[in-house]
Amino acid sequence: MSTAVVRVKLPAHLRKLAHVDGEVELAVDGQVTQRLVLDALEARYPVLRGTIRDHATDRRRAFVRFFACEEDLSHEAPDAPLPGAVATGAEPFLIVGAMAGG
Amino acid sequence: MTGVRVLVGTRKGAFVLTSDGKRERWDISGPQFAGWEMYHVAGSPADPDRLYASQSSGWFGQLIQRSEDGGASWAPVGNDFGYADVPGTHQWYDGTPHPWEFARVWHLEPSLTDPDTVYAGVEDAALFRSVDGGQSWQELSGLREHGSSSAWQPGAGGMCLHTIVLDPRDPARMTVAISAAGVFRTDDAGKTWRPANRGLHSEGIPDPDAEVGHCVHNLAMHPSRPDVLFMQKHWDVMRSDDAAESWHDIGETLPTDFGFPIDVHAHEPDTVYVVPITSDSVHVPPDGKLRVYRSRTGGHEWEPLTAGLPQSNCYVNVLRDAMAVDSLDECGVYFGTTGGQVYASADAGDSWAPIVRDLPAVLSVEVQTLR
Repeated sequence: MSTAVVRVKLPAHLRKLAHVDGEVELAVDGQVTQRLVLDALEARYPVLRGTIRDHATDRRRAFVRFFACEEDLSHEAPDAPLPGAVATGAEPFLIVGAMAGG
Repeated sequence: MTGVRVLVGTRKGAFVLTSDGKRERWDISGPQFAGWEMYHVAGSPADPDRLYASQSSGWFGQLIQRSEDGGASWAPVGNDFGYADVPGTHQWYDGTPHPWEFARVWHLEPSLTDPDTVYAGVEDAALFRSVDGGQSWQELSGLREHGSSSAWQPGAGGMCLHTIVLDPRDPARMTVAISAAGVFRTDDAGKTWRPANRGLHSEGIPDPDAEVGHCVHNLAMHPSRPDVLFMQKHWDVMRSDDAAESWHDIGETLPTDFGFPIDVHAHEPDTVYVVPITSDSVHVPPDGKLRVYRSRTGGHEWEPLTAGLPQSNCYVNVLRDAMAVDSLDECGVYFGTTGGQVYASADAGDSWAPIVRDLPAVLSVEVQTLR
């Protein structure tokens, strides 16, 4: 099984919670999907559990968006493969707080 | 050294205000958790350095923070508020059935005796308890198992459990309030609950003897007299002398009996404070005058407290958890406003001064008396 190194960029509030600066690099085994990237992220930074995906349903929180390669991937299935450029680390997987006022 | 620590939750972070026993000069630290809604920050009565804070955001959900050093530093603890497997629904705004969905923690009530035990009142209305310092949370599901829960429905602010009163005589007795369901009491540490709303009358509820459906805004109790409870309801200021078995009106002489917070003097169980607000549709003080009203007779007779408070062009609100008292010899009274002011009185309300004027909108104020 191959291991990919995926770059993840968090929004400012979550970077602060996780005590990280800049991007996070995560090792993901097998096919790189949104679910596996988020699983790896939460395993590395347990404080992020519940902040991106709902604890009970595991679904993306309503005002969180996933972008990569200039595409909005928020509505893609969690187990769909992410773009190849994300899997190779050429492009980051962006976790974004939606523009919703406040 | 004797002093006070005021814990302030705001729409955009938490602040800790500290002073010595004179309460004249204040040190203001914060914001902690800048940008997050801090619905409540509360200290353990058993260990004043142990604090809990409810941190939430519409984007990133709920976190609980814990401090071991009086708010100088914080660390996140558990944030999984999973409802127990209780079937059923509550009413949605339009009257249709709606499943329970966790939104946020409105109120944290640390145990009176154990720093690691803390209760959380949440939206959608439920009560959770942690016995490991907030690392894990278990719902006391007997509350939602009450047969009336399918008829509970949200108030304008959501269907929240916002008030938790612990009985200092009996750890098995708790009284909680839910908007807009009303008051519920347990005598067996949360296994079973019953509504405690007899005597409440609410405009808009067709049944004058409705068991639930009342929009209770806040409860207060003096620890020396746990059977006496004071209530600020949507409209009406009420009192119970029998541990919430029945309620009677004590606010009939107030300029308006709509409001949110209510509190009791630390040393005088019959001295009660409220902040009258114009109406349910106009959430500002009457006539632009910010006045705390004090009763020294356990209700019915009220006096306006105005010295040091703005008496013209003031249009802020004081939310339900945004008033508290200290227990120094001369009781201090504190409240925060939606305009970001935190006012303090070091003489039981006779005179007031702002500790700070320009915080974000204040959601909660708690006070710790440090000895």
